[in-house]
Amino acid sequence: MDYITIDTKRVPIEGENNILSLIRKAGIDLPTFCYHSELSIYGACRMCVVEDDRGRIFASCSEQPRPGMVIYTNTKKIQSYRRLIIELLLSSHCRDCTTCQKNGKCSLQELAYRVGVHAVRFLNNKKKIPLDMSSPSIVRDPNKCILCGDCVRTCDEIQGIGAIDFAFRGSDTQVMPAFNRALSETNCVGCGQCAVVCPTAAISVRTNVTEVWDAITDPAIRVVAQIAPAVRVAIGESFHVARGENSFGKLVAALRVMGFDEIYDTSFAADLTVMEESKELAERLEKSEKLPLFTSCCPGWVKYCENHYPEFTDNISTCRSPQGMFSPLIKDYFKEKDINENKKTIVVSIMPCTAKKGEILRPDNFTDGKQDTDYVITTQEVIRMIKQVGIQFEQLEEEAADMPFAVASGGGTIFGATGGVTEAVLRKLAKDKSYQNLKEISYIGVRGEETVKETTVTLGDREVKIAVVHGLAETGRLLERIKAGEVSYDFVEVMACRRGCIMGGGQPPFAGDRTKKGRMDGLYKADVMSNIRYPDENPVLNHMYQTNIKGKEHKLFHRNIVK
Amino acid sequence: MRLETRENLKSARASAINKIKKENCRILICAGTGCLAGGSDKIYKKLKEMAKGVEGVTLEFGEEAAHVGVHESGCHGFCEMGPLVRIEPWNYLYIKVKEEDCEEIFNTTIVKGKPVERLMYHQDEMIYKEQENIPFYAKQTRLVLKNCGQINAEDIEEYIAAGGYEALEKALFEMSPNDIVNEITKANLRGRGGGGFQTGYKWKQVASQPEKIRYVVCNGDEGDPGAFMDRSVMEGDPHKMLEGMAIAAYAVGAQEGYIYVRAEYPLAIKRLKIAIEQAEQRGLLGDNILGSGFNFRIHINRGAGAFVCGEGSALTASIEGERGMPRTKPPRTVEQGLFAKPTVLNNVETYANVSMIITNGAKWYQGIGTESSPGTKAFAITGSVNNTGLIEVPMGTTLREIVYDIGGGVKNGAEFKAVQIGGPSGGCLVSNNLDVKLDFDSLKKLGAMIGSGGLVVMDEDTCMVEVARFFMNFTQNESCGKCVPCREGTKRMLEILERIVSGNGTLEDLDLLEELGEAITATALCGLGKSAALPVLSTLKNFREEYVEHVVDKRCKTGTCQAMIKYKINPEACKGCSKCARNCPVNAISGKVKEPFIINGDKCIKCGACIENCSFGAIYTEN
Repeated sequence: MDYITIDTKRVPIEGENNILSLIRKAGIDLPTFCYHSELSIYGACRMCVVEDDRGRIFASCSEQPRPGMVIYTNTKKIQSYRRLIIELLLSSHCRDCTTCQKNGKCSLQELAYRVGVHAVRFLNNKKKIPLDMSSPSIVRDPNKCILCGDCVRTCDEIQGIGAIDFAFRGSDTQVMPAFNRALSETNCVGCGQCAVVCPTAAISVRTNVTEVWDAITDPAIRVVAQIAPAVRVAIGESFHVARGENSFGKLVAALRVMGFDEIYDTSFAADLTVMEESKELAERLEKSEKLPLFTSCCPGWVKYCENHYPEFTDNISTCRSPQGMFSPLIKDYFKEKDINENKKTIVVSIMPCTAKKGEILRPDNFTDGKQDTDYVITTQEVIRMIKQVGIQFEQLEEEAADMPFAVASGGGTIFGATGGVTEAVLRKLAKDKSYQNLKEISYIGVRGEETVKETTVTLGDREVKIAVVHGLAETGRLLERIKAGEVSYDFVEVMACRRGCIMGGGQPPFAGDRTKKGRMDGLYKADVMSNIRYPDENPVLNHMYQTNIKGKEHKLFHRNIVK
Repeated sequence: MRLETRENLKSARASAINKIKKENCRILICAGTGCLAGGSDKIYKKLKEMAKGVEGVTLEFGEEAAHVGVHESGCHGFCEMGPLVRIEPWNYLYIKVKEEDCEEIFNTTIVKGKPVERLMYHQDEMIYKEQENIPFYAKQTRLVLKNCGQINAEDIEEYIAAGGYEALEKALFEMSPNDIVNEITKANLRGRGGGGFQTGYKWKQVASQPEKIRYVVCNGDEGDPGAFMDRSVMEGDPHKMLEGMAIAAYAVGAQEGYIYVRAEYPLAIKRLKIAIEQAEQRGLLGDNILGSGFNFRIHINRGAGAFVCGEGSALTASIEGERGMPRTKPPRTVEQGLFAKPTVLNNVETYANVSMIITNGAKWYQGIGTESSPGTKAFAITGSVNNTGLIEVPMGTTLREIVYDIGGGVKNGAEFKAVQIGGPSGGCLVSNNLDVKLDFDSLKKLGAMIGSGGLVVMDEDTCMVEVARFFMNFTQNESCGKCVPCREGTKRMLEILERIVSGNGTLEDLDLLEELGEAITATALCGLGKSAALPVLSTLKNFREEYVEHVVDKRCKTGTCQAMIKYKINPEACKGCSKCARNCPVNAISGKVKEPFIINGDKCIKCGACIENCSFGAIYTEN
């Protein structure tokens, strides 16, 4: 087998197309800012420079391996170049590390420490640039940008949006929306994937932690939390819990310590979504209109569709997202109690998602003209809150969520992974509610990381064609094929983020391949462990359909679409 | 009229030659940018007007009825002496011609056939009547620039008469694409854009790609300060380059070509447009060229003035409408260049070499220049040299020949100090290097490069630190901002250099400059970045003592660095009139009336107001 030699170690070439991946395979975590396996090779940070046996120096990310090459990753020259590159980056970087959002999680900070930069010999004479706080989802702080371009490529290549790009030249270069418009005035959907890849705090999640603490500490306010499915399999990573392990019980316990009054599981609302959406699908199939039906759970996707493919907006389900259904339901549930106790209920949803922060502000998600969800805090933010209090998360005893919204099916839980919504809907539509049929449905081809998954099921006398897509660039390509008539479907599940909500913009960043897989496996494991697997077998939900939500379904659970 | 066959081209050539022959007097007024700025367009109009009056009149010099052809030509190269007027058949070259001179030129030369000696170049009391005998021209080998200044660049017939499109004809009808690639490879034509990459090898790689859609791109984004070789070809002999591109396209199987030319070259763009249009009308470009079945169309793309767009991948990105930033390679341009298709990318001068190789053969070409770098190279020679302008010499010519024989030596008899070669990407050559034979490889060894061919001569009064600062300022401005070493590193190098020339540098700064320079050279992404530090590193190597003088003695002996000049009052000459103190805007001068005044160096802003106002010449500056 062909191999190259890396720091005296023989490393076989097994289809890798750049030397950097071979170096990483050899167990050396060569530092980089601009290399991501899912993005195009950019070659700007030059941190991955290596030296060969002929003294040639080159960036390993963009060099093809040739059999017999001899590479050194840590020569004296390389060490000094790497140090100087970091020093140069730091010299134009806002160095308020101690008060920075990313403090302790910043790649620049980490690499400066790793390569041993102890002083910066250059004066920082960069002018302060104002922050862009216009988006409800993310904050841009150009003062912290190191111009690695990861956000630009993610927005363009993965999400197909291109809301931000480089402007100006040389040391004046900045990443910004076209014409330096505010992010809120662009076609940004708020998915937050730019913040996920940002090595510093140049793009970060817009935080609502302060407002939530204010509410918690106000005795006149009943603070209700709803926890989205994907949060439970990611939060533990920050507290020495094994990757992908379901930490829902610990999170509930932590929220109680923090002072939340009621804690519910958004998976309950996911069951609700399945009920409403499958009803809608059945109706549309019957009438053969507005097909394919697109899912509406993902606010990033809804906004993308409105911005880029307005011709398809009618095809999007009128259902609100699980978060959007849950909050009005909770508020309706506490309506009388609030009056009696002279309290005000506010809903804080704990989400893996930054776009959810924008979703709650959409008038079509309001009930009686009022915003239902008061605050969205992301997994990252809730981690910060737990750390603020000093809760030893990993030592917490698991606790259950509060009734009545603690009961959810496994079908609701898997909403957090791509294909989950579809699988849950298929469970609802299935006549055969056996364990065996559950297995059958899980093999149907909607699980997994493939960007477009297609399957066909028979419902009654009809073949229903289904597609599952994640990542908006891929979604755009699929929509083009639908438009061109190359493919046709009856039901299409879209998640803006690759792999679904488990990799949402609000999740802890820098997830490697094993973490990504761990999160996905974690959700399916939670499903298997649920007492209820079929969403339509949720007893609380079924009871409510007969009692307190009867007749209010449209008002509470569907978007009020004004033409 | 369209030329449908090669025979058509032959007869078109014959008639074009005939037409020119009829002009028993040809006046070629340089319409290069320099001469135009000197008013050559007015001279052209005037002479043209005057020539109208003699059509059909028998003049003294001729037997037949006179046909006086008045034409605007491309750059003659001798820019120092512009505006230039050449008059054939005597090949007189009139220099520094003014509109007022036209009458005399006309009455003496055109009417009587006599020279106007006062308008002729003279050196060492010798008057040079014929252009070819002027030392500036006599020592050159003008192949690429052969037609520049000799033909009307806006008339394809003149190019055809001068043997134009003969090579394309030969290529299309007598050679296979493979033959052409082999011939260019054998000629060892190396890219004139700076890198010196083997053109034939490049073409071969493109020709062997599985993808069948291919492009031919011409880099006309000449951006080095002071360089205008490519511009002169585009303005003075555009067809030569178009023909080269067409041959390249045929050799690699391309049907579309793009010329990326700076928008700051409006004249080049205008002449290229005219040339393409005329070539298309005659069927020398477009569909089924000369009936051979070969199609080739050329488009012009105007660059918005970014130096980095001269880099291959930034250039193709710019043509595609993307931000002009270099990308990592592989894939290389030959594999995935313009629109991700295999692309031949050469610069103007390289393409201009192609036709003569095809016509005369690789062997002939190898006979010119050196073994490893055959052919000629055009240089734009500027700075402290008597004959600035555009020259072309065989590769391997020494710097001494260029500076002294062609350039006429250093201005004002000053001493030669150095030459900055290759512009902001190059390095400096010092007096020790005067006898080095200039070619791609010898320069590389000296830490310099031919670059596109800018050559700035510097004399003893040039401050090398300031030269380094100047080029670093340029590169820093032109950095695209993509890779860290170039974006941040050049900024810091410039800061340090600015510190040094303002008298605030330290010895540590010199080490830091070297550290930065080496790291940028080793780690930058593209050629621009990799060579950005060369001017600094090479001046540091050759003139370190000058840097040390700036940082230790706070002295610039050439007096270039303003901040280090000291204003002083000679107490012997000072009468104590206080006029200087009263005129000093910052109150830096004090003293008692009728006693010598003194200047406080810390306060002095070196404006010179005191010197201007001193009636006794008592104030002087010290470098």
